[in-house]
Amino acid sequence: MSVLKNDLMPVRTANDIVVVRQHVRALAIELGFSLVDQTKMVTAASELARNTLAHGGGGTARIEVVAANARRGLKMTFEDRGKGIADLELAMRDGYSTGGGLGLGLSGTRRLMNEFELQSKPGEGTRVSATRWK
Amino acid sequence: MTPRDTSVLPSVLQKRSGELLDAWIAHQTSADGYRPDLMADAELRDQSRELLASASAAVSAGGLESPTHPSWQATRQLLGSIAESRATAGFAPTATATFVLSLKQPIFEALRKDVQNPERLADELWNATTLIDRLALQTMESTLEARERVIARQHEDMLELSTPVVKLWDGILALPMIGTLDSARTQVVMESLLQRIVETGAEVAIIDITGVPTVDTLVAQHLIKTVTAARLMGADCIISGIRPQIAATIVHLGVDLSEVATKSTLADAFRLALARTGHSLGRAPARERR
Repeated sequence: MSVLKNDLMPVRTANDIVVVRQHVRALAIELGFSLVDQTKMVTAASELARNTLAHGGGGTARIEVVAANARRGLKMTFEDRGKGIADLELAMRDGYSTGGGLGLGLSGTRRLMNEFELQSKPGEGTRVSATRWK
Repeated sequence: MTPRDTSVLPSVLQKRSGELLDAWIAHQTSADGYRPDLMADAELRDQSRELLASASAAVSAGGLESPTHPSWQATRQLLGSIAESRATAGFAPTATATFVLSLKQPIFEALRKDVQNPERLADELWNATTLIDRLALQTMESTLEARERVIARQHEDMLELSTPVVKLWDGILALPMIGTLDSARTQVVMESLLQRIVETGAEVAIIDITGVPTVDTLVAQHLIKTVTAARLMGADCIISGIRPQIAATIVHLGVDLSEVATKSTLADAFRLALARTGHSLGRAPARERR
Protein backbone atom coordinates (compact mmCIF):
# COMPACT_ATOMS: atom_id res chain seq x y z
CA MET A 1 0.00 0.00 0.00
CA SER A 2 1.52 3.30 -1.03
CA VAL A 3 0.61 6.70 0.34
CA LEU A 4 -0.11 9.38 -2.29
CA LYS A 5 -1.12 12.15 0.05
CA ASN A 6 -0.81 12.63 3.77
CA ASP A 7 -2.36 15.38 5.87
CA LEU A 8 -2.08 15.68 9.62
CA MET A 9 -4.76 17.76 11.30
CA PRO A 10 -5.39 18.67 14.93
CA VAL A 11 -8.53 17.53 16.74
CA ARG A 12 -8.64 19.87 19.72
CA THR A 13 -11.99 21.67 19.48
CA ALA A 14 -15.47 20.95 18.16
CA ASN A 15 -14.65 23.19 15.25
CA ASP A 16 -11.71 20.95 14.29
CA ILE A 17 -14.22 18.13 13.75
CA VAL A 18 -15.97 20.27 11.14
CA VAL A 19 -12.64 21.04 9.45
CA VAL A 20 -11.69 17.32 9.35
CA ARG A 21 -15.10 16.47 7.87
CA GLN A 22 -14.75 19.12 5.17
CA HIS A 23 -11.27 17.88 4.31
CA VAL A 24 -12.47 14.27 4.03
CA ARG A 25 -15.35 15.36 1.83
CA ALA A 26 -13.05 17.36 -0.46
CA LEU A 27 -10.64 14.42 -0.86
CA ALA A 28 -13.49 11.95 -1.41
CA ILE A 29 -14.86 14.14 -4.20
CA GLU A 30 -11.36 14.46 -5.67
CA LEU A 31 -11.00 10.67 -5.69
CA GLY A 32 -14.33 10.33 -7.48
CA PHE A 33 -16.28 8.51 -4.77
CA SER A 34 -20.06 8.36 -5.22
CA LEU A 35 -22.28 10.66 -3.16
CA VAL A 36 -23.30 7.77 -0.89
CA ASP A 37 -19.66 6.77 -0.31
CA GLN A 38 -18.67 10.39 0.32
CA THR A 39 -21.39 10.71 2.93
CA LYS A 40 -20.37 7.44 4.59
CA MET A 41 -16.74 8.54 4.86
CA VAL A 42 -17.60 12.01 6.11
CA THR A 43 -19.88 10.48 8.74
CA ALA A 44 -17.19 7.98 9.77
CA ALA A 45 -14.67 10.83 10.12
CA SER A 46 -17.18 12.74 12.22
CA GLU A 47 -17.71 9.79 14.58
CA LEU A 48 -14.01 9.03 15.04
CA ALA A 49 -13.03 12.67 15.42
CA ARG A 50 -15.67 13.19 18.07
CA ASN A 51 -14.45 10.09 19.94
CA THR A 52 -10.90 11.49 19.83
CA LEU A 53 -12.15 14.75 21.30
CA ALA A 54 -14.74 13.47 23.78
CA HIS A 55 -13.00 10.32 25.09
CA GLY A 56 -9.35 10.94 24.23
CA GLY A 57 -9.27 14.58 25.29
CA GLY A 58 -8.12 15.68 21.85
CA GLY A 59 -5.53 14.34 19.44
CA THR A 60 -4.72 14.24 15.77
CA ALA A 61 -6.33 13.12 12.54
CA ARG A 62 -4.21 11.79 9.70
CA ILE A 63 -6.03 11.73 6.38
CA GLU A 64 -4.26 9.78 3.63
CA VAL A 65 -4.90 8.98 0.02
CA VAL A 66 -3.59 5.45 -0.42
CA ALA A 67 -3.13 3.10 -3.37
CA ALA A 68 -2.87 -0.69 -3.54
CA ASN A 69 -3.48 -3.17 -6.35
CA ALA A 70 -4.40 -0.40 -8.77
CA ARG A 71 -7.11 0.86 -6.43
CA ARG A 72 -7.14 4.08 -4.60
CA GLY A 73 -8.68 4.74 -1.24
CA LEU A 74 -9.02 7.10 1.63
CA LYS A 75 -7.51 6.19 4.97
CA MET A 76 -8.16 8.08 8.17
CA THR A 77 -6.25 7.54 11.38
CA PHE A 78 -7.18 9.17 14.66
CA GLU A 79 -4.79 9.16 17.56
CA ASP A 80 -5.02 10.42 21.11
CA ARG A 81 -3.09 10.07 24.35
CA GLY A 82 -6.19 9.82 26.49
CA LYS A 83 -7.32 7.21 28.98
CA GLY A 84 -7.61 4.44 26.42
CA ILE A 85 -10.13 1.60 26.16
CA ALA A 86 -10.00 -1.29 28.63
CA ASP A 87 -12.25 -3.74 26.82
CA LEU A 88 -11.98 -3.42 23.03
CA GLU A 89 -14.62 -6.07 22.39
CA LEU A 90 -17.12 -4.32 24.62
CA ALA A 91 -16.34 -0.94 23.02
CA MET A 92 -17.12 -2.37 19.58
CA ARG A 93 -20.52 -3.66 20.70
CA ASP A 94 -23.60 -1.92 19.32
CA GLY A 95 -25.25 0.25 21.92
CA TYR A 96 -22.38 0.26 24.43
CA SER A 97 -21.42 3.80 25.40
CA THR A 98 -19.49 5.36 28.24
CA GLY A 99 -20.29 8.88 27.14
CA GLY A 100 -24.09 8.85 27.13
CA GLY A 101 -24.25 8.56 23.36
CA LEU A 102 -26.06 6.02 21.22
CA GLY A 103 -23.09 3.66 21.43
CA LEU A 104 -22.91 3.22 17.68
CA GLY A 105 -19.88 5.37 16.84
CA LEU A 106 -17.21 2.67 16.63
CA SER A 107 -19.37 -0.23 15.49
CA GLY A 108 -21.22 1.99 13.02
CA THR A 109 -17.97 3.33 11.60
CA ARG A 110 -16.72 -0.22 11.03
CA ARG A 111 -19.82 -0.85 8.92
CA LEU A 112 -19.39 2.41 6.98
CA MET A 113 -15.79 1.64 6.00
CA ASN A 114 -14.03 -1.30 4.26
CA GLU A 115 -11.16 -1.69 6.72
CA PHE A 116 -11.16 -0.86 10.38
CA GLU A 117 -8.51 -1.20 13.05
CA LEU A 118 -8.71 -0.27 16.71
CA GLN A 119 -5.68 -0.24 18.99
CA SER A 120 -5.77 0.97 22.55
CA LYS A 121 -4.04 0.54 25.88
CA PRO A 122 -5.57 1.81 29.10
CA GLY A 123 -3.71 4.90 30.23
CA GLU A 124 -1.73 5.26 27.02
CA GLY A 125 -4.23 6.33 24.41
CA THR A 126 -6.14 5.08 21.43
CA ARG A 127 -5.41 4.77 17.75
CA VAL A 128 -8.16 3.94 15.32
CA SER A 129 -7.82 3.79 11.56
CA ALA A 130 -10.39 3.16 8.87
CA THR A 131 -10.05 2.86 5.10
CA ARG A 132 -12.51 2.88 2.26
CA TRP A 133 -11.50 1.72 -1.20
CA LYS A 134 -12.82 3.05 -4.43
CA MET B 1 28.45 52.95 26.43
CA THR B 2 24.74 53.51 26.31
CA PRO B 3 24.10 54.83 22.82
CA ARG B 4 20.47 55.58 23.50
CA ASP B 5 21.30 58.36 25.95
CA THR B 6 23.29 60.18 23.36
CA SER B 7 21.52 59.06 20.22
CA VAL B 8 21.39 61.61 17.43
CA LEU B 9 18.40 59.81 15.91
CA PRO B 10 15.80 62.26 17.35
CA SER B 11 17.65 65.29 16.02
CA VAL B 12 18.30 63.66 12.63
CA LEU B 13 14.62 62.77 12.28
CA GLN B 14 13.64 66.36 13.04
CA LYS B 15 16.32 68.17 11.11
CA ARG B 16 15.99 66.10 7.96
CA SER B 17 12.24 65.42 8.07
CA GLY B 18 11.50 66.97 4.66
CA GLU B 19 14.39 65.20 3.01
CA LEU B 20 13.49 61.88 4.66
CA LEU B 21 9.89 62.15 3.52
CA ASP B 22 10.88 62.82 -0.10
CA ALA B 23 13.36 59.96 -0.12
CA TRP B 24 10.86 57.61 1.50
CA ILE B 25 8.10 58.49 -1.02
CA ALA B 26 10.53 58.06 -3.91
CA HIS B 27 11.47 54.69 -2.48
CA GLN B 28 7.88 53.57 -2.18
CA THR B 29 6.79 54.71 -5.63
CA SER B 30 9.69 52.90 -7.28
CA ALA B 31 9.30 49.66 -5.28
CA ASP B 32 7.77 46.42 -6.59
CA GLY B 33 4.73 46.62 -4.34
CA TYR B 34 3.75 50.14 -5.48
CA ARG B 35 0.00 50.15 -6.11
CA PRO B 36 -1.23 53.55 -7.34
CA ASP B 37 -4.49 51.76 -8.19
CA LEU B 38 -5.20 51.09 -4.50
CA MET B 39 -4.06 54.37 -3.02
CA ALA B 40 -3.65 57.85 -4.52
CA ASP B 41 -0.21 59.45 -4.31
CA ALA B 42 -1.57 62.35 -2.24
CA GLU B 43 -2.93 59.92 0.35
CA LEU B 44 0.31 57.97 0.38
CA ARG B 45 2.17 61.20 1.01
CA ASP B 46 -0.20 62.18 3.83
CA GLN B 47 0.14 58.78 5.49
CA SER B 48 3.91 58.81 5.20
CA ARG B 49 4.19 62.36 6.55
CA GLU B 50 1.90 61.68 9.50
CA LEU B 51 3.72 58.49 10.46
CA LEU B 52 7.15 60.09 10.15
CA ALA B 53 6.07 63.08 12.23
CA SER B 54 4.47 60.88 14.87
CA ALA B 55 7.49 58.58 15.14
CA SER B 56 9.82 61.57 15.28
CA ALA B 57 7.77 63.14 18.09
CA ALA B 58 7.73 59.86 20.04
CA VAL B 59 11.49 59.41 19.68
CA SER B 60 12.11 63.00 20.82
CA ALA B 61 9.91 62.44 23.87
CA GLY B 62 12.11 59.56 24.96
CA GLY B 63 10.50 56.72 23.02
CA LEU B 64 13.81 55.08 22.16
CA GLU B 65 14.12 53.90 25.73
CA SER B 66 11.39 51.32 25.51
CA PRO B 67 8.59 50.25 23.17
CA THR B 68 6.09 50.66 26.00
CA HIS B 69 7.03 54.29 26.62
CA PRO B 70 3.85 56.44 26.81
CA SER B 71 5.12 58.64 23.97
CA TRP B 72 4.29 55.78 21.53
CA GLN B 73 0.57 55.91 22.26
CA ALA B 74 -0.28 58.25 19.36
CA THR B 75 1.95 56.35 16.91
CA ARG B 76 0.33 53.07 17.85
CA GLN B 77 -3.11 54.50 17.15
CA LEU B 78 -1.95 55.96 13.87
CA LEU B 79 -0.45 52.61 12.80
CA GLY B 80 -3.71 50.94 13.75
CA SER B 81 -5.76 53.21 11.52
CA ILE B 82 -3.21 52.94 8.69
CA ALA B 83 -3.28 49.14 8.90
CA GLU B 84 -7.07 49.12 8.87
CA SER B 85 -7.47 51.55 5.97
CA ARG B 86 -4.85 49.69 3.95
CA ALA B 87 -6.47 46.33 4.63
CA THR B 88 -9.82 47.77 3.49
CA ALA B 89 -8.16 49.21 0.39
CA GLY B 90 -6.97 45.72 -0.49
CA PHE B 91 -3.30 45.78 0.45
CA ALA B 92 -1.74 42.49 1.56
CA PRO B 93 -0.45 42.51 5.17
CA THR B 94 3.12 42.17 3.86
CA ALA B 95 2.65 45.24 1.66
CA THR B 96 1.61 47.28 4.68
CA ALA B 97 4.61 46.03 6.67
CA THR B 98 6.89 46.77 3.72
CA PHE B 99 5.52 50.32 3.66
CA VAL B 100 6.91 50.84 7.18
CA LEU B 101 10.13 48.89 6.58
CA SER B 102 10.96 50.94 3.49
CA LEU B 103 11.65 53.87 5.81
CA LYS B 104 14.88 52.15 6.83
CA GLN B 105 16.94 53.05 3.81
CA PRO B 106 16.24 56.83 3.90
CA ILE B 107 17.03 56.94 7.62
CA PHE B 108 20.23 54.91 7.12
CA GLU B 109 21.33 57.34 4.41
CA ALA B 110 20.58 60.36 6.60
CA LEU B 111 22.52 58.85 9.50
CA ARG B 112 25.48 58.11 7.24
CA LYS B 113 25.61 61.78 6.31
CA ASP B 114 25.44 63.00 9.90
CA VAL B 115 27.54 60.46 11.80
CA GLN B 116 31.18 60.13 10.80
CA ASN B 117 32.61 57.85 13.49
CA PRO B 118 32.07 54.23 12.22
CA GLU B 119 31.50 52.77 15.67
CA ARG B 120 29.02 55.44 16.48
CA LEU B 121 27.33 54.96 13.12
CA ALA B 122 26.88 51.26 13.85
CA ASP B 123 25.20 52.09 17.15
CA GLU B 124 22.90 54.61 15.52
CA LEU B 125 21.99 52.21 12.72
CA TRP B 126 21.13 49.64 15.36
CA ASN B 127 18.89 52.17 17.11
CA ALA B 128 17.18 53.01 13.84
CA THR B 129 16.68 49.40 12.76
CA THR B 130 15.22 48.47 16.16
CA LEU B 131 12.82 51.40 15.90
CA ILE B 132 11.61 50.60 12.38
CA ASP B 133 11.27 46.89 13.09
CA ARG B 134 9.15 47.72 16.10
CA LEU B 135 6.89 49.95 14.02
CA ALA B 136 6.56 47.24 11.36
CA LEU B 137 5.68 44.62 13.97
CA GLN B 138 3.10 46.98 15.42
CA THR B 139 1.58 47.34 11.95
CA MET B 140 1.42 43.57 11.55
CA GLU B 141 -0.24 43.25 14.93
CA SER B 142 -2.82 45.92 14.08
CA THR B 143 -3.58 44.14 10.80
CA LEU B 144 -4.14 40.86 12.64
CA GLU B 145 -6.28 42.56 15.26
CA ALA B 146 -8.48 44.09 12.57
CA ARG B 147 -8.81 40.68 10.94
CA GLU B 148 -9.67 39.00 14.22
CA ARG B 149 -12.39 41.57 14.83
CA VAL B 150 -13.93 40.63 11.48
CA ILE B 151 -13.78 36.91 12.31
CA ALA B 152 -15.31 37.46 15.74
CA ARG B 153 -18.14 39.45 14.19
CA GLN B 154 -18.81 36.76 11.60
CA HIS B 155 -18.82 34.13 14.35
CA GLU B 156 -21.45 36.10 16.24
CA ASP B 157 -23.48 36.56 13.06
CA MET B 158 -23.46 32.81 12.58
CA LEU B 159 -24.63 32.10 16.11
CA GLU B 160 -27.44 34.56 15.60
CA LEU B 161 -28.44 32.75 12.45
CA SER B 162 -30.89 30.82 14.55
CA THR B 163 -33.33 28.59 12.82
CA PRO B 164 -36.87 29.92 13.07
CA VAL B 165 -39.78 27.71 13.98
CA VAL B 166 -42.46 28.45 11.38
CA LYS B 167 -46.17 27.76 11.44
CA LEU B 168 -47.32 25.91 8.32
CA TRP B 169 -50.98 25.41 9.21
CA ASP B 170 -53.22 25.34 12.25
CA GLY B 171 -51.51 22.89 14.59
CA ILE B 172 -48.56 22.24 12.29
CA LEU B 173 -45.08 23.65 12.95
CA ALA B 174 -41.94 23.28 10.84
CA LEU B 175 -38.30 23.62 11.80
CA PRO B 176 -36.00 23.89 8.78
CA MET B 177 -32.54 23.04 10.07
CA ILE B 178 -29.43 24.28 8.28
CA GLY B 179 -25.74 23.60 8.75
CA THR B 180 -23.73 21.68 11.30
CA LEU B 181 -25.93 20.05 13.90
CA ASP B 182 -23.40 19.04 16.51
CA SER B 183 -22.92 22.36 18.22
CA ALA B 184 -24.52 23.88 21.27
CA ARG B 185 -26.70 25.73 18.78
CA THR B 186 -28.63 22.51 18.08
CA GLN B 187 -29.71 22.21 21.67
CA VAL B 188 -30.99 25.80 21.64
CA VAL B 189 -32.88 25.30 18.39
CA MET B 190 -34.47 22.06 19.56
CA GLU B 191 -35.52 23.66 22.83
CA SER B 192 -37.11 26.56 20.97
CA LEU B 193 -39.15 24.04 18.98
CA LEU B 194 -40.45 22.46 22.19
CA GLN B 195 -41.26 25.92 23.53
CA ARG B 196 -43.25 26.79 20.40
CA ILE B 197 -45.15 23.51 20.64
CA VAL B 198 -46.31 24.55 24.11
CA GLU B 199 -47.19 28.08 23.01
CA THR B 200 -49.15 27.10 19.91
CA GLY B 201 -50.55 23.78 21.10
CA ALA B 202 -49.33 22.28 17.85
CA GLU B 203 -50.13 18.63 17.19
CA VAL B 204 -47.49 17.98 14.56
CA ALA B 205 -43.96 19.35 14.20
CA ILE B 206 -41.90 18.76 11.06
CA ILE B 207 -38.11 18.83 11.44
CA ASP B 208 -36.59 19.33 8.01
CA ILE B 209 -32.92 18.33 7.69
CA THR B 210 -32.47 19.03 3.97
CA GLY B 211 -29.83 21.62 4.84
CA VAL B 212 -27.87 19.38 7.19
CA PRO B 213 -24.81 17.94 5.40
CA THR B 214 -23.87 15.24 7.91
CA VAL B 215 -26.09 13.09 10.10
CA ASP B 216 -23.91 11.12 12.47
CA THR B 217 -24.83 9.40 15.73
CA LEU B 218 -24.72 12.62 17.75
CA VAL B 219 -27.07 14.41 15.35
CA ALA B 220 -29.32 11.35 15.28
CA GLN B 221 -29.38 11.33 19.06
CA HIS B 222 -30.36 15.01 19.15
CA LEU B 223 -33.19 14.27 16.74
CA ILE B 224 -34.41 11.22 18.66
CA LYS B 225 -34.35 13.13 21.96
CA THR B 226 -36.33 16.00 20.49
CA VAL B 227 -38.89 13.67 18.96
CA THR B 228 -39.27 11.86 22.29
CA ALA B 229 -39.61 15.11 24.24
CA ALA B 230 -42.20 16.43 21.77
CA ARG B 231 -44.16 13.20 22.06
CA LEU B 232 -44.21 13.56 25.85
CA MET B 233 -45.81 16.93 25.28
CA GLY B 234 -48.45 15.44 23.04
CA ALA B 235 -47.04 16.43 19.66
CA ASP B 236 -45.98 14.11 16.84
CA CYS B 237 -42.76 14.80 14.98
CA ILE B 238 -42.01 14.07 11.35
CA ILE B 239 -38.45 14.23 10.10
CA SER B 240 -38.19 15.28 6.48
CA GLY B 241 -35.41 15.97 4.03
CA ILE B 242 -33.70 12.58 4.36
CA ARG B 243 -31.69 12.25 1.16
CA PRO B 244 -30.67 8.84 -0.26
CA GLN B 245 -27.05 9.11 0.88
CA ILE B 246 -28.14 10.09 4.40
CA ALA B 247 -30.57 7.17 4.52
CA ALA B 248 -27.83 4.72 3.46
CA THR B 249 -25.44 6.09 6.04
CA ILE B 250 -27.97 5.98 8.87
CA VAL B 251 -28.72 2.32 8.08
CA HIS B 252 -25.02 1.37 8.14
CA LEU B 253 -24.43 3.29 11.33
CA GLY B 254 -27.17 1.22 12.89
CA VAL B 255 -29.25 4.13 14.10
CA ASP B 256 -32.85 3.07 14.60
CA LEU B 257 -35.26 5.73 13.39
CA SER B 258 -38.14 3.29 12.89
CA GLU B 259 -40.04 4.83 15.79
CA VAL B 260 -40.01 8.18 14.02
CA ALA B 261 -42.11 9.14 11.03
CA THR B 262 -39.73 10.16 8.23
CA LYS B 263 -40.30 11.53 4.75
CA SER B 264 -37.89 12.39 1.99
CA THR B 265 -39.32 15.82 1.25
CA LEU B 266 -40.95 18.59 3.26
CA ALA B 267 -43.95 18.45 0.91
CA ASP B 268 -44.56 14.78 1.75
CA ALA B 269 -44.19 15.51 5.44
CA PHE B 270 -46.68 18.38 5.19
CA ARG B 271 -49.21 16.15 3.43
CA LEU B 272 -48.83 13.57 6.20
CA ALA B 273 -49.17 16.28 8.85
CA LEU B 274 -52.38 17.58 7.24
CA ALA B 275 -53.82 14.08 7.18
CA ARG B 276 -52.91 13.52 10.83
CA THR B 277 -54.60 16.75 11.90
CA GLY B 278 -57.75 15.88 9.99
CA HIS B 279 -57.28 18.24 7.09
CA SER B 280 -57.63 17.11 3.53
CA LEU B 281 -56.03 18.64 0.55
CA GLY B 282 -57.49 18.36 -2.93
CA ARG B 283 -57.62 20.08 -6.23
CA ALA B 284 -60.82 22.08 -6.86
CA PRO B 285 -62.86 21.05 -9.92
CA ALA B 286 -61.90 22.99 -13.04
CA ARG B 287 -65.06 25.13 -13.19
CA GLU B 288 -64.51 26.54 -9.71
CA ARG B 289 -61.00 27.73 -10.56
CA ARG B 290 -60.48 31.29 -11.60
